[in-house]
Amino acid sequence: MARSPETTPTLEVRALHKAFGSEPVLRGIDLSVARSEMVFVLGPSGSGKSTMLRCCNRLEEPTSGEIFIEGDRLTGPGVNLNAMRQRVGMVFQSFNLYPHLTAMGNVTLALRRVQKKSRAEAEAIAAEALDKVGLSDRARHHPGQLSGGQQQRVAIARALALKPTVMLFDEPTSALDPELVGDVLAVMRDVKAAGMTMLVVSHEMGFAREAADRVIFMDGGRIVEQGPPDQVLGAPTHDRTRAFLRRFHA
Amino acid sequence: MDRFLDTFFNAEVLARYAPSILDGALVTVVLSVLIVLSGIGLGTLLACLRAYRIRPISFLIVIYADILRALPPLVVILVAYFGLPNVGVVLSASVVLYLVLTLVLAAFAEEIVWAGITSTPQGQWEAARSTGLGFTQALVWVVLPQAVRMVIPPLTNRAIAITKMTALGLVIGVPDILGNASTAQSFSANASPLTLAAIAYVILFLPFVIGSRWLEARFARPGA
Repeated sequence: MARSPETTPTLEVRALHKAFGSEPVLRGIDLSVARSEMVFVLGPSGSGKSTMLRCCNRLEEPTSGEIFIEGDRLTGPGVNLNAMRQRVGMVFQSFNLYPHLTAMGNVTLALRRVQKKSRAEAEAIAAEALDKVGLSDRARHHPGQLSGGQQQRVAIARALALKPTVMLFDEPTSALDPELVGDVLAVMRDVKAAGMTMLVVSHEMGFAREAADRVIFMDGGRIVEQGPPDQVLGAPTHDRTRAFLRRFHA
Repeated sequence: MDRFLDTFFNAEVLARYAPSILDGALVTVVLSVLIVLSGIGLGTLLACLRAYRIRPISFLIVIYADILRALPPLVVILVAYFGLPNVGVVLSASVVLYLVLTLVLAAFAEEIVWAGITSTPQGQWEAARSTGLGFTQALVWVVLPQAVRMVIPPLTNRAIAITKMTALGLVIGVPDILGNASTAQSFSANASPLTLAAIAYVILFLPFVIGSRWLEARFARPGA
């Protein structure tokens, strides 16, 4: 189906439901993210925000519903999942770098094994990605020799190197010491400035206010409220949003 | 004292049988190397197969590993060597010893590597799959290298324990160190060839033991 890139959302989620056993976690999520938009997802723990994010590259298999990347179906049978996943970059709370490989090895692995690029070509792309996150000088270090903030930036480089259409961030700064958070947020700001479409689950309210195009508040597996950051964070219309924000600022 | 020296270090006997024990040492080395390579190779392959969690296959692998870990290797060697010819399979003593110890080491190696695979954090799989690697690619390039590093100490210990069992070849007449030494001991009515065998084992296996220490240190994760 040919649709113009201007009107086709980069990421579209339709009627997404997910249950773990008989426990419903997502009760019908509809969400569409435009090209180069940064959407921030807030919500109390257990609200389903991480599950929603993980459904967007099918690390969690949706119980029902549909997900599209630039109009191409990600869900359902017959989808080349490994090919589609290359278009959806993911950054994890606990970095999940491969400890047996150097920063360079972490970034080049999928370039070489999935995209079948030569070592030289993969390393050139990886060097560029590591440069974007400010870690050119750490390319030959193993994850164990890097700080948490540096590890997360390598993880961002690993996702960036595949030139995805959309990037998912699952609480990217929650496992970091406070003084290391700033570096990671700065890199995310750069990634956004370069035009990346981003869906971010995070509690960094200040960053949301400053960088997000839209904030979504989730509770009980549903989107309760959404809008520009100033509105959702500054003047929420929903009681649950207000209660959540009050607890946060207290 | 003379009697002790004559019994265990009789120079004449030592000189006469040293070449035969050297021949035996070659057999032991070749068998050991082959058993370690194929046993750990096969065990790793089985552990990988089990990672696909296809029920009937996993079930068969578990049955195989449990039975071979439960049976004394000597029993398997005897059953194979004296039983197989009755069903038309005639194998030399060395081949029987090689096959049995390979299968036994594979059973232990499978369990050890499997433990490594299951204790590799789920996040490693997720990171690999999220970049588009298929299951097999994630297993081969991300999970297995970490799993193997983690289990090197138990794996080398088990490999040493099993390769030392090449000495069990004695009961079916494998001309390895102990086989030849035992023959020499009967001919000479003197224990010196056995002393020589013990020395030969130490010379052969001590580097192996020291090498395993080096491996353990080498693969201790940097910074972790």
